[in-house]
Amino acid sequence: MSALLQATQLDAFYGASQILHGVDLAVARGEQVALIGRNGMGKTTLLRSLMGLVPDCRGQRRLHGGDIARAAPEAIARLGVALVPEGRGIFGALTVVENLTMAARPGADGRRTWTLARIFELFPRLHERRHNGGHQLSGGEQQMLTIGRALMTHPDLLLIDEATEGLAPKMAQEIWRTLGVIKGEGIATIVVDKDFRSLSAIADRMVMLAKGVVVFDGVPSDFAAQPELLERHLGV
Amino acid sequence: MDLITFGVQLLNAIQYGMVLFLVASGLTLVFGILGVINLAHGAFYMLGAYLAYWIAAATGNFLIAVVAGVAIAFVVGLLLENVFIRRLYGRDHLAQVLLSFGLILVIDEVREMLFGKDVHAVTPPAWLSGSIQLTTNLSYPVYRLAICVFCLAVAGLIFLVITRTKIGMIVRAGAENREMTRVLGINYDSVNRYVFATGIALAALGGIVIAPISTVFPGMGDSMLILSFVVVVLGGIGSVAGAAIGALLIGLTDTFGKVFFPSVSGILIYLLMALVLLWRPNGILGRREI
Ligand SMILES: Nc1ncnc2c1ncn2[C@@H]1O[C@H](COP(=O)(O)OP(=O)(O)OP(=O)(O)O)[C@@H](O)[C@H]1O
Ligand SMILES: [Mg+2]
Repeated sequence: MSALLQATQLDAFYGASQILHGVDLAVARGEQVALIGRNGMGKTTLLRSLMGLVPDCRGQRRLHGGDIARAAPEAIARLGVALVPEGRGIFGALTVVENLTMAARPGADGRRTWTLARIFELFPRLHERRHNGGHQLSGGEQQMLTIGRALMTHPDLLLIDEATEGLAPKMAQEIWRTLGVIKGEGIATIVVDKDFRSLSAIADRMVMLAKGVVVFDGVPSDFAAQPELLERHLGV
Repeated sequence: MDLITFGVQLLNAIQYGMVLFLVASGLTLVFGILGVINLAHGAFYMLGAYLAYWIAAATGNFLIAVVAGVAIAFVVGLLLENVFIRRLYGRDHLAQVLLSFGLILVIDEVREMLFGKDVHAVTPPAWLSGSIQLTTNLSYPVYRLAICVFCLAVAGLIFLVITRTKIGMIVRAGAENREMTRVLGINYDSVNRYVFATGIALAALGGIVIAPISTVFPGMGDSMLILSFVVVVLGGIGSVAGAAIGALLIGLTDTFGKVFFPSVSGILIYLLMALVLLWRPNGILGRREI
């Protein structure tokens, strides 16, 4: 498998404090990678670094083989990366339809497979709420909208931070189901979540961060075979 | 006051308010979306009036002056954003005030070089220059009515663009969460550039349409700048609908204040502003804490 995204020796800083220390991460086309680790270990920082949102981030980042280390977030987005951020970042003053429409754009290869109709097929709930303002949505609906909005940009790589945080179990199930659909579309993902069990059920690979260092990178079954990792780094 | 006189004053108030709206909507867009306090906004209003005078005199056609004047202002806006204004984003207000005050001086100097400091008059197009006879000794100029209709159309267009088009959605989204729009692949730098240029074009358009019913003179932008800021603060910073309400309120207050309370008419709009801000500290449609 050719690498879609290849990050090598990433160091990320907020001011004087170094958050990521020599992180290596590769994602193949269509691969679903789970990114785990305790609070404050640098998961969000890693996703934001890949999106070009961390001003002081050093190391190589390549997408489709092209250098994106110095690229602006909008340029990285146009090359095929989409971010579903922590806290979701929907536009509260825009309706559901407007949130989806403003982001719509053909993929880097010109494909236009995602339409409003398909997003509403994926999330019937959003269709019911299509004329509601973003600020009127529940947490779960907001998460559906953020994922739908990201899909409207036709990404090759979807970065999802805290996929199910704060959602009721039923809503969380809905999001896990959606991740299956996204995988079926051949879209690669990096998913951050606290629900380690659901993650290991769907992910092709698990990557664990501890204090900004990758302490595990492998298939879920290998991960399950190392209970001491779980205990030490997740406290499970 | 009889009904006809009242109607005439009402039309005057609306016409004044509509022109004020054109100029102030540009200011509120630039202030609300770019976060830039542009003291030179009134100077572009003045520049628009001089452009109207110059182009109308050169071509003999006021409509060409409207189109060309707006186009010139838009291009100047694009250039200025690219060279100066974009350096002001996220900077403190002092830097913005200093730079835009500098722009006033530059624009005034350019006006001096191009047009001198004479006072000019602009004739409206012939088909709009008549009057409608209301009573035997009272008539209303067609051009003033045309201003009302034209400004209403422009206002409608602005609302359509903001509420119905993708660019409008992007602008609203960016006003709420700039970073998220960038993450979605939108080049916000170019959005900024077009918003600023639109703001400048609206100021110039105000100056152009007012030129035939006012005199064109060097200091005409100063009072307009102050009034526009009053409108923006009244309506709520960044709210175009608020600017429309604020501008009409100012138009009514100023026009009827001069009729009913001529001795204190000068302070009435500031009294209005104070009262409205006591009632709604963020302006009539203002949401944001500032
Ligand atoms: N903007 C910032 N400025 C300074 N420090 C920051 C900033 N954002 C995060 N940090 C610090 O960087 C470290 C990593 O944070 P990050 O948000 O990447 O962790 P995380 O793994 O996503 O945690 P969580 O599970 O709580 O979301 C933390 O110690 C955090 O305090
Ligand atoms: Mg996080």
